Amino acid sequence: MGLIFALLYAPILVLVIYSFNESGELGSFSRFSFYWYKQIFRNKRAFESLKNSLFLAVTSSALATVIGTFAALGLDRMRRRHLRNIIMSVTNIPMMNPDIVTGVSMMLFFVATASIIGLGSPLGRITMLIAHTTFNIPYVILSVRPRFLQMDRSLTEAALDLGCTPARAFFKVELPFITPGIVSGLIMGFTLSLDDFVISHFVSSPDFQTLPLYIYNQTAHQVKFSMYALSTLIILSILLLLLIINFAGAFGENNNKNKIRKESRG
Amino acid sequence: MKRTFMLLLAVILFACTGLAGCGQESGVTTLYVYNWGEYISDGSEGSLDVNAAFEKYYYETYGERVKVNYSTFSSNESMYAKLSSGAANYDVIFPSDYMVERLISEGLLAKLDFSNIPNIKYIDERFLGENAYYDPTNEYSVPYTYGMVGIIYNTELVDPEEETLGSWALLWNEKYSGYILQFNNSRDAFGTALYYLGYDVNEATEEQWREALDLLKQQKSIVQGYVMDEIYNKMISGSAAIAPYYAGDFLTMYNDNDKLAFYYPKEGTNIFVDAMCIPASSKNKLIAERYINFMLSEEIAIANAEYTYYASPNTLVTSSPEYIEYISSVHEDAMDILYSDAAEVRTQFFKNLPPEKLELLNSLWEELKIKSSVGTAIYVSCAVVIVLVAGYLVFHAVRKKKRENYD
Amino acid sequence: MRSNVRYRSLLERAAAAPHMVWSILFIVAPLFFVLYFAITDAEGHITLNNLASLTDYSNIFLLSVSFALIATIICLLIGYPLAYFMSRTGKTTRRVLLLLLMLPMWISLLIRTYSLMALLDNGGLLNSLLVSLGFGRIRIIGTGGAVILGMIYDFLPYMVLPIYTVLTKLDPRYIEAAADLGCNSLQVLGKVIIPLSLPGVISGITMVFVPSISTFYISQKLGGGAFDLIGDTIERQFQHPSTYHTGAAISLVMMILIIISVAIMNRFSDSNSGGFVV
Repeated sequence: MGLIFALLYAPILVLVIYSFNESGELGSFSRFSFYWYKQIFRNKRAFESLKNSLFLAVTSSALATVIGTFAALGLDRMRRRHLRNIIMSVTNIPMMNPDIVTGVSMMLFFVATASIIGLGSPLGRITMLIAHTTFNIPYVILSVRPRFLQMDRSLTEAALDLGCTPARAFFKVELPFITPGIVSGLIMGFTLSLDDFVISHFVSSPDFQTLPLYIYNQTAHQVKFSMYALSTLIILSILLLLLIINFAGAFGENNNKNKIRKESRG
Repeated sequence: MKRTFMLLLAVILFACTGLAGCGQESGVTTLYVYNWGEYISDGSEGSLDVNAAFEKYYYETYGERVKVNYSTFSSNESMYAKLSSGAANYDVIFPSDYMVERLISEGLLAKLDFSNIPNIKYIDERFLGENAYYDPTNEYSVPYTYGMVGIIYNTELVDPEEETLGSWALLWNEKYSGYILQFNNSRDAFGTALYYLGYDVNEATEEQWREALDLLKQQKSIVQGYVMDEIYNKMISGSAAIAPYYAGDFLTMYNDNDKLAFYYPKEGTNIFVDAMCIPASSKNKLIAERYINFMLSEEIAIANAEYTYYASPNTLVTSSPEYIEYISSVHEDAMDILYSDAAEVRTQFFKNLPPEKLELLNSLWEELKIKSSVGTAIYVSCAVVIVLVAGYLVFHAVRKKKRENYD
Repeated sequence: MRSNVRYRSLLERAAAAPHMVWSILFIVAPLFFVLYFAITDAEGHITLNNLASLTDYSNIFLLSVSFALIATIICLLIGYPLAYFMSRTGKTTRRVLLLLLMLPMWISLLIRTYSLMALLDNGGLLNSLLVSLGFGRIRIIGTGGAVILGMIYDFLPYMVLPIYTVLTKLDPRYIEAAADLGCNSLQVLGKVIIPLSLPGVISGITMVFVPSISTFYISQKLGGGAFDLIGDTIERQFQHPSTYHTGAAISLVMMILIIISVAIMNRFSDSNSGGFVV
């Protein structure tokens, strides 16, 4: 088992170690230095693509969260089972389909529609936003819907009986209950969007590049070690994020326990 | 709850910074430049950042702010696809000769106003007029670089006594199986085979094209891969030993690995000119013309030539002692390699193929790419697995049914 | 009060509307475009030529299915014991192992694949090491094996996680009961643990097989472009507008194949509960 993990990490470790290699040759390690990190920080295009990636991840996950949360609400209250099943099947399509088919279908859709209405260049920021939102929505619904299913309906009814307006009841009773689902959907959408390469590859244009697309272009050319440095930075930030989430999770659990204890005493 | 709140806050903050960063500054025109990868001096490793220099120059000279949006392509064909599908707007593009011809014939290029490009006078006569077959009237294009295809090999991995050295045959030498690279674009890959066979790359008949295909199919089992710019890393690290590529790129690789050597095959080879053009759809033609003119000015042209190592048609560059000294410090024969005369090397331009030939080329290329070099054993074993799984499924279903009946 | 309820249900019914519109526009309509392009030619006439011409690509389909299948089986053989072991360790170890397993999943596939290539290339670190130790070089990159290795390396965590999730949720009382009823540990594994973890296995298989069969980056980098899979072929068709129609036909067939095999798999697992893990 240790062997499996060792194999899983060997290439990544090589990448990290060699990002500090001044000579820029894989064969030999000359001297420890931050030379390639300096290079990457001077690289305007890498920063531009990082900015685009963050912009896209934030907007698409936010948009998907809004649409997806309302969809989960609507699905929860829907009486017609057939309609609900149809919607759920359609929702599952982008998750089940290989990314390449989703990407291709969207590209065909954008290009064909644009030529029908006589627009020149459909691909770019907007198409990327639409595509990313589309593949994020199912994940939001998937993490919000179970919360609705778990929820005790009588709580809402009680709130209504006690004189809440429906909107107030929703915000006071239901929303707090489903919030964890919304947040996890949001985070998931954010990371999925940040990480997506295949779909973006088809619906982007050269003047709107995200970080994965930038990396793809870099690996198709002469790879300078600044690429290794960039990858190391990405890996480090992911590690940091994972640790924070993990610790925050543990911390949050403890907090909740304390709270419950307090409340039960009070 | 507090935690989720903090997370939401963080996300909102992110969104704000993201949005603020993306807002377009008013009064700045964006010039979209679409060039080959690694084909301009970009400021990395102490070189001059040409695009930034242009932005500064433009503001100082004309008092307007211009932002250069620079993006890259990896083949003429992919550039053509982007341009012709209208998938994006560009102001300056850098197609190769035959692509210039094609773009002109399809009306996709704008006529240049040379009163805005006075520096055209520095371009060597040899690249103008009839010599530029792709644009004989010199109305649509300005040469940027030129070069010839040769074979790069690793002197440590290839036997110096090798008989096939000096010929295209080296690419088909089975002794180096697994160490040979081939172009990953149809025109250049077929070019190597056609030159090797001694056929005309522009006038070959269908049978000759098919013969070239057979040769390439035969080569497929000994090539390590079909690559374009990935060639750099593979040749520098010694992962591959033999590859056909452009003379300028050889110098780049030699800079990092002095075990590499280069020759022009005796059967003849391909010469190309990459030119600067403005698409007919450009919305900033004036700025684009000034950009082209800027690229021809002395300091910039030399910076680009020293960065890309490609041969320059600009006399300001070739007559500059500083440039000659620099390029010779990279490789002592650099001037000879880059500026070899047509008399020494038999060269030919790729011309734009007629549509039916293009279609033939595409279908042959497709045929080469889908030819599988895997043995049938793998298919058989997979079929066995599928049958086993299917059998188990049926068995499972039958057993379940029986149990249900039993209940 | 009554009118309140009615108003409420109306509002709630409308809540799903944006999603419905969005799905129709950006999920259903694009798929129709794939279908449309697959059955028309450049002039817009309906034709079956695109689909008929796919027979030329049959060996690409075979190759992709074979590679993806081999990668999936090996992932299962490595991943199941790993997941089993992980689910049996102490809480802290488990947490650390889970983190170690998740980290590569979060790192871009491009970076992971590229780093694998840098390690295994003829002039890469592994071969330099071998040469300096006096062994010969081994050629890995540019072979079919490298492509399969890349799939395993990239997608192994997707196999382990769903199985692990199911195994941790497994009620230990079942195992105790089986042992009490006289099963030895091998029988417990075969009759209780494996059948109960089947949903996880099925979703693991899907999560490895689908990306493997449709990948193009892995085969491009590790196969050197000499082992084109369905993904590469589709990607190449969409570089030129003239071949969009063939590309759409290939995508359509691949999609249908995958939907059928996933449907069969889900039927196989009876209740598909462990469908999704991140």
